[in-house]
Amino acid sequence: MKVPIKGAVDCDLHPAPPTMEALLPYLDEYWRDQLVDRHIARYSFNLTSYPPNSPLSARPDWRQGSGLPGGDLDMIRRQALDPFGSRFAICNVLHGAAALFNEDMAMALCSAINDWVAKELLDREPRLRASILVPAHNPERAVAEIERVAADRRFVQVLMFAMGDTLLGRRPCWPIYAAAEKHGLAIGIHAGSTYRHAPMASGWSAHRVEDYVAQSAAFESQLLSFLAEGVFQQFPSLRLVLSESGFTWLPSLLWRTSKSWRGMRAEVPWIDRSPGEIIREHVRVTLQPVDSPPGDTTALLRTLEHIGSDRMLLFSTDYPHWQFDGDAVLPDGLSGETVQRILIDNPLETYPRLQDGAQISDNAASNKEAVR
Amino acid sequence: MNIPVRHATAATKLAIVDCDIHPAFRKPSDLYPFLPAQWREHMITFGEHLRQGLSGQIAWPRMSASGLRVDAFPEEGPPGSDLELMRRQHLDPNGVEVGMLMQLSKGGMEERNLEFAAALSHAINEWQLETFVKPEPRLRAGIVVPQEDAAFAVKEIEHRATDPSFSQIIISPRSSDPLGHRRYWPIFEAAQRCKRPIALHVQGFSGGHASTGSGWPTYYMQEHYAAATGMQTTLTSLVLEGVFERFPGLKVALIEGGFTWAPALCWRMDKHWERMRAETPQLKRPPSDYVREHCWFTTQPVEEPDDPQHLAEVIAWIGWDRVMFSTDYPHWDFDHPQHVFKFQPTEEQKRKVFRDNAKALYGLP
Repeated sequence: MKVPIKGAVDCDLHPAPPTMEALLPYLDEYWRDQLVDRHIARYSFNLTSYPPNSPLSARPDWRQGSGLPGGDLDMIRRQALDPFGSRFAICNVLHGAAALFNEDMAMALCSAINDWVAKELLDREPRLRASILVPAHNPERAVAEIERVAADRRFVQVLMFAMGDTLLGRRPCWPIYAAAEKHGLAIGIHAGSTYRHAPMASGWSAHRVEDYVAQSAAFESQLLSFLAEGVFQQFPSLRLVLSESGFTWLPSLLWRTSKSWRGMRAEVPWIDRSPGEIIREHVRVTLQPVDSPPGDTTALLRTLEHIGSDRMLLFSTDYPHWQFDGDAVLPDGLSGETVQRILIDNPLETYPRLQDGAQISDNAASNKEAVR
Repeated sequence: MNIPVRHATAATKLAIVDCDIHPAFRKPSDLYPFLPAQWREHMITFGEHLRQGLSGQIAWPRMSASGLRVDAFPEEGPPGSDLELMRRQHLDPNGVEVGMLMQLSKGGMEERNLEFAAALSHAINEWQLETFVKPEPRLRAGIVVPQEDAAFAVKEIEHRATDPSFSQIIISPRSSDPLGHRRYWPIFEAAQRCKRPIALHVQGFSGGHASTGSGWPTYYMQEHYAAATGMQTTLTSLVLEGVFERFPGLKVALIEGGFTWAPALCWRMDKHWERMRAETPQLKRPPSDYVREHCWFTTQPVEEPDDPQHLAEVIAWIGWDRVMFSTDYPHWDFDHPQHVFKFQPTEEQKRKVFRDNAKALYGLP
């Protein structure tokens, strides 16, 4: 169904990544030379996970004009913000910098992209918020980038990919979560892989669609990693957001972990209550894609009941990815109360920085001063 | 008034088919009589050659008693190695009419030397027959095959094709390539021809890839969970690579990998296949159709929602004709037939899950 009320927070929106040429002004002299002299700037940084012409990567009616889908601010306003009455939308720029092995180059590019996002998107459209891109394979660098950018409170989240070098709950990653917690930033894990490992436990799948389906298994593995390593005990106010993950797999995970913990808790003694409770408290998932049978309202409503919480879902369009048609971004059959939670209350609770954003947008005149 | 607890006798209970029982060697040398001299010497001198850092156990040490029921240890050897104890402790009191043996280790997929793997698989199959199936007609063997070499595997399947003691072909979902890949197709062709289901049983050994798309987990709790995600991606590969379109007679039992994930996985496959169907023209129907037609799921370790009725709903989505009871005897997370469901299934549902579905799949009398 359509979004029935104003004020939604779109928690997963994808502006097209900047071209390398657009990024050059945001890089220092050394990296400009590197990118130009080595012809690095001539080639794309597209992620293998999102081939530009693949049906999933952009809805047909959102492939307009000559530019990239989501590549123009007016287009984003017209296609992704206005039709859903969104008060805020969180930009997750899916750039390939994180797939570089060279951590120095990855760091330089992530910094440049974050600065580009602030200037080209956030400064120009007050409804937009953003995630901080970090080189997750070097937690020390990732923390440095968070510390550099965090003062700009329009950045509300730290972004990493579902499949990367290591499972993200591991202890070497913890400084990232300490920094995020300190600054009131959520940790966002987004679909996508840097292909450091095969996407399946049995190796390399042949088709793109297999990789995409396997993303949900990757999210399950990340969630288990956060849970088992004790991240939620160490960082009690941390919020973990799974983006473009699907969510209908959650009941099975909640049931399986809650049961197996009873037999395995001696191994992970810091888990002091049922995993189901911990996950419902700390973990959030974005709405799109809604992986449920089309036209079968009951299956979806029963699944939400099985999840056992109306606090976990965050509204998202996943623009411009093709997850739904027309303006039917919400599943049918949801109660008014649930819709209100998904669209507004849950996102505002998940991203505390949106609260000061609320004051900002009410007072557009002091916008720049307040956030800088 | 106190009523004495009365244990139902086998005669008054529903006879069941247990789809997952694990036999074991009393001692490693039990296998030697079934190995040719060359490979016996190889076994003693070099042992197995695995894709992991430890040779004596998995790198995530299991929880209770190496993952075994502490009450299932016989006087000599590990649980599962003493047929008499298995009868007394499980087959008789739980009314097991037919028990499916799931022999996991040695030769199936974990041995890197494929000639040795072929010899081991053959020996294991002989050992299953002599040690368990011939003395105990309630038990059925599964054909262990060196799955990473399809030619060897097909030879072993054909060797057992006319023997009703072997009910299925045991394949590890932790293969070296996703199982939908063409290099495994001769195995599926042989399975179809010999009318044996493929039994996908979760495996502790890696086929060479990390158990998650982001590398190796830290804790056994995670590795245990990866059995479910690994089973999901294996099923995804089989379906989306078109194995069931190519082999319409193929049947697959997914064992010990969880089952409550199946509806959500089918919904997810259907949704994204629809969007991307130009990439997989080999599929003529939505992915969930193939799962519904070709796949069976065993129950253990059964997921336990806070509201037991939720489990009944999920089984209904999968199909009451596609879920089969299993205990995993003698492993630590054994499910007891009397206590496995916290909701009250109908008599018909019970008959299907505890007996009839397995009998139909395996063609049992």
